Amino acid sequence: MKNEKIINEMVQKLLSGDRRMAARLITLVEDEAEENHEAMKQIYPHTGKAAIVGITGSAGSGKSCLIDHLIRKFRQQGKTIGVVAVDPSSPFSGGAFLGDRIRLQSHSSDDGVYIRSMASRGYLGGLTRSTHDVIRIIEAMGRDIVIVETLGAGQDEIDVIHIAQTCVVVTTPGMGDEIQALKAGLMEIADIIVLNKADLDGANTCIKNLQASLSITSFEEGEWVPQVIPTVAVASKPEDIRGIDELVSGILEHQKYLHISNALERVKFERVEQELGLIFKDELQKIIFKGLKGTGKKKKYIKSILEGKNDPYSVVEEILGSYLITDGERRNG
Amino acid sequence: MTQGKRIRILIAKPGLDGHDRGAKVVARALRNAGMEVIYVGLHQTPLQIVNAAIDEDVDAIGLSILSGAHKTIFTKVIALLKKRGVPKVLVFGGGTIPKKDWNGLKSMGVGEIFTPGSDTSKIINYLNRTLKRDKNV
Repeated sequence: MKNEKIINEMVQKLLSGDRRMAARLITLVEDEAEENHEAMKQIYPHTGKAAIVGITGSAGSGKSCLIDHLIRKFRQQGKTIGVVAVDPSSPFSGGAFLGDRIRLQSHSSDDGVYIRSMASRGYLGGLTRSTHDVIRIIEAMGRDIVIVETLGAGQDEIDVIHIAQTCVVVTTPGMGDEIQALKAGLMEIADIIVLNKADLDGANTCIKNLQASLSITSFEEGEWVPQVIPTVAVASKPEDIRGIDELVSGILEHQKYLHISNALERVKFERVEQELGLIFKDELQKIIFKGLKGTGKKKKYIKSILEGKNDPYSVVEEILGSYLITDGERRNG
Repeated sequence: MTQGKRIRILIAKPGLDGHDRGAKVVARALRNAGMEVIYVGLHQTPLQIVNAAIDEDVDAIGLSILSGAHKTIFTKVIALLKKRGVPKVLVFGGGTIPKKDWNGLKSMGVGEIFTPGSDTSKIINYLNRTLKRDKNV
């Protein structure tokens, strides 16, 4: 097959660290091009070795600025870096204004740093449909650390936990009292809670609240207890920047914990589980819609729902039922 | 809206002048036209611009220049694109670029130039037309 050969050449170049090829392959999976399955099949065996760090938090909390510092520190330690930064797509035009790179552009002339901005393209959860594959591509490129920046997250955009090994949640003073810190969702997934803009009023109270909410959480022995780290990522004087070294050591400590406690196996298991679920969902939908379209039944079903003769749940049950029954009958027969 | 090819454009302001309103207006207009715009902001060097364009696998680079350094900057960006093996990326420009320089810029490979006051729909149409044509090649 000709396609397979071209893809193979591309993958070989990717494995040698070619960023141009990484970029092209990422576009391929992002656009859900025909070749993307073949590409991912070939790439997959070369993945799973990088440390994956997720950075999430509300819009304007300073995620990109913190990542700028993290890249600099990790580069000083000789590590190569990949960054995936997600911003929202417009629900009206489908277009996007991707601005995370502004804070990261000083690394653009560094060969050891690959940065890719992505638009969410309507996918909920704080990432994009193709984030799993994009990270795998960057891993195959041979990067030591992959940093995943979610779009500005509210309370429930927590998909990053299925992908990242270490989850950093960034918050700022003035985002609410200790009740906010007790709620389920975003704060719950944090391995490290960063209070950025810690030079603002109310920072100390905020740190106390965060620590208090952790102190009433029960942790099992040997379990990781989330760290609370105050930072100042942007300051007019460089000496006023704070907490970056602490954040770097926090991330490294958590990575060490994952390795020692075998928790890494669980995190990796969950990552694959989620990947598998996503692919199943997509592929099943494609197969079923294609089948229905071919027989002209799709239109008929939708019309029957619109006319009030049917509802989506019954339709799905009917269609899935017929698939499963025929499969069973085939086996019995 | 999730599936299929989206046009990706890098918008940058090379050099030392700090007036980025025009670049932002264009970036916003392209977003509203359904394109994905990677906006990298002020004070970009040609190397930063070209590396970002490669990483982001963009279809085109739009440079906003109001400093008068357009000849130098376009020359360097286009040369670097060739050197790095991505000569097909479309380069277009905007800003205060005198008409007498247009022919020279276009013959070196700049696709189109839009001066202050240009209708953004002209830019959108130009990009849609040009990039669609290139994609089929």
